[in-house]
Amino acid sequence: MTEGAIATHRPARRLSVVALLGLALLAGALVALTIGPFRLTLAEVLAALTGRAGGTAEVVVWNIRLPRVLAAMLVGAALAAAGASYQVLFRNPLVSPDILGVSSGAALGAVCGIFLSLPVIAIQGFAFLGGLAAVGLVIFVAQAVRGVDQTLVLVLTGVVMGALAGAATSLLKVMADPYDQLPAITFWLLGSLASTTRADLGPVLPAVVVGLVPLILLRWRINLLSLGDDEARALGVDAPRLRLLVIAAATLITASVVAIAGVVGWVGLVIPHIARMLVGPSFATLLPVAAILGAGYLLLVDTLCRTLATIEIPLGILTAVLGAPFFLYLLARGRRGWT
Amino acid sequence: MIAAQGLTIGHGRAVIGRDLSLTVRAGEIVCLLGPNGCGKTTLFRTILGLIPTLDGRPLPALSRAQIARVMAYVPQAHVPPFPYQVEEVVLMGRTARMRPLSAPSTADRAAARAALARLGIGDLGGADYSRLSGGQRQMVMIARALAQEAPILVMDEPTASLDFGNQARVLARIADLARAGGHAVILSTHDPDQAFALNARVILMHEGAILAEGPPDQVLTADRLSRVYGVQVAVERTESGRAVCAPSILNPTPERRAS
Repeated sequence: MTEGAIATHRPARRLSVVALLGLALLAGALVALTIGPFRLTLAEVLAALTGRAGGTAEVVVWNIRLPRVLAAMLVGAALAAAGASYQVLFRNPLVSPDILGVSSGAALGAVCGIFLSLPVIAIQGFAFLGGLAAVGLVIFVAQAVRGVDQTLVLVLTGVVMGALAGAATSLLKVMADPYDQLPAITFWLLGSLASTTRADLGPVLPAVVVGLVPLILLRWRINLLSLGDDEARALGVDAPRLRLLVIAAATLITASVVAIAGVVGWVGLVIPHIARMLVGPSFATLLPVAAILGAGYLLLVDTLCRTLATIEIPLGILTAVLGAPFFLYLLARGRRGWT
Repeated sequence: MIAAQGLTIGHGRAVIGRDLSLTVRAGEIVCLLGPNGCGKTTLFRTILGLIPTLDGRPLPALSRAQIARVMAYVPQAHVPPFPYQVEEVVLMGRTARMRPLSAPSTADRAAARAALARLGIGDLGGADYSRLSGGQRQMVMIARALAQEAPILVMDEPTASLDFGNQARVLARIADLARAGGHAVILSTHDPDQAFALNARVILMHEGAILAEGPPDQVLTADRLSRVYGVQVAVERTESGRAVCAPSILNPTPERRAS
């Protein structure tokens, strides 16, 4: 971290960074609405949004592009917010929202749904419940193992649970119909927003909001979890309870968006890093900045996904292609503290 | 100010110490001495309410915030995983004084800055905590405890891993906090000289029990130190009248470690 980051530590500066990024995101969203096979100008998009355009433009904007643009921003913001929370919680900047197995659990749930040829809404429901169940099981096991470092037990149990869910998913893939179900499974596992409709956003948005509220309210105390249990408790925070609450909130957020977008990696890992570079590690500022950056990042990536080639590129492939080199860059920089 | 009687301490079913009593008054420094594994850290964690006592007698049932308003813990300075600003680290000491869902107020920030200024490191407020020297980091940990505004300071080896000069500087600040600031200080150390230098009340622990307690002159005799640490120790007076403890390096174990 350098002078630039320190300069942004003043509360007023932080607020202006958040406001500036928010405006940039809004502008980006408007631009993204103009992009696609059916060309629209910015003026046409604005007219369509305010209901003055009529005809095809309004249908394209309201029914096709806006749901997708909103979904991309929601998924990005949610994954980045969950990732930022988990990184503080596990005192490790290399942690992603998947660490407790939420994605593997959700994947297993969704693959079950596809395997049983259920309707889309049921597949999403299965994915959501699968994600919650996996993390719930991890917490249950970790609580049962006493007298050992809780964080370590959580991480290891998460790895085990993820591997188990992965094995079950693989089994279903082997048993699935190779012409109909297997492509659907593969596509889901790579993550995509291609089939997102306005109806999908309805249940997901409130779930994400419900998850975000405790994170926002507890924004100051969550910082203290990065000091470790003994220190946080000596400073007056009931660390075990706070940790459970943060895990529950972050899991709710992640499971909801994974249910509509599939497995989208790297966002929750990389975006909080960039946010920390911009505004420092204090969670109160980190959370909104990471969420806005995540929204912008996934908006960009998803716009590339739907326009770069004649076929849809799965979201998870592009986030990996963009995220992995950045991660390697961070490694190569090899700075202490992983700012 | 703090009085604990007949504590049995340990982890789970493993008893580490029995019948431990500890009192400290305002303005007093209590220095906990003893070899590695004698139970100092476990005693601290029990006093802070981080682990329960093993004799079934619970310490007063206080919430974490209530304990934090009475007792501040100064851990051995370590590097956190994220590069917090020094002022933010000190602000964390204010948490027990904030409402549960609030963020630091202007008054909290002022208290944090005042704590830094009191230790003479007011200019470090904007620095990156993870890039400070060990001595500066220990000072910031003490500043955080001051920001907590707790009358009792519990310090776990505050001079561990500090260089010669920084050890003296940190000890001078601690002495000042007790004598001028009226804090009750409990600290652990591996250096008996520090007990003499601070003129602290000494509690000498050995194998989970308190071997002796009192002024350093009476407790820290060559005989006892030799026995507890298992090396030949000489306690000598310098010309200025201060006592120093010198272990014999040439002939460290003249006798089998007493039990």
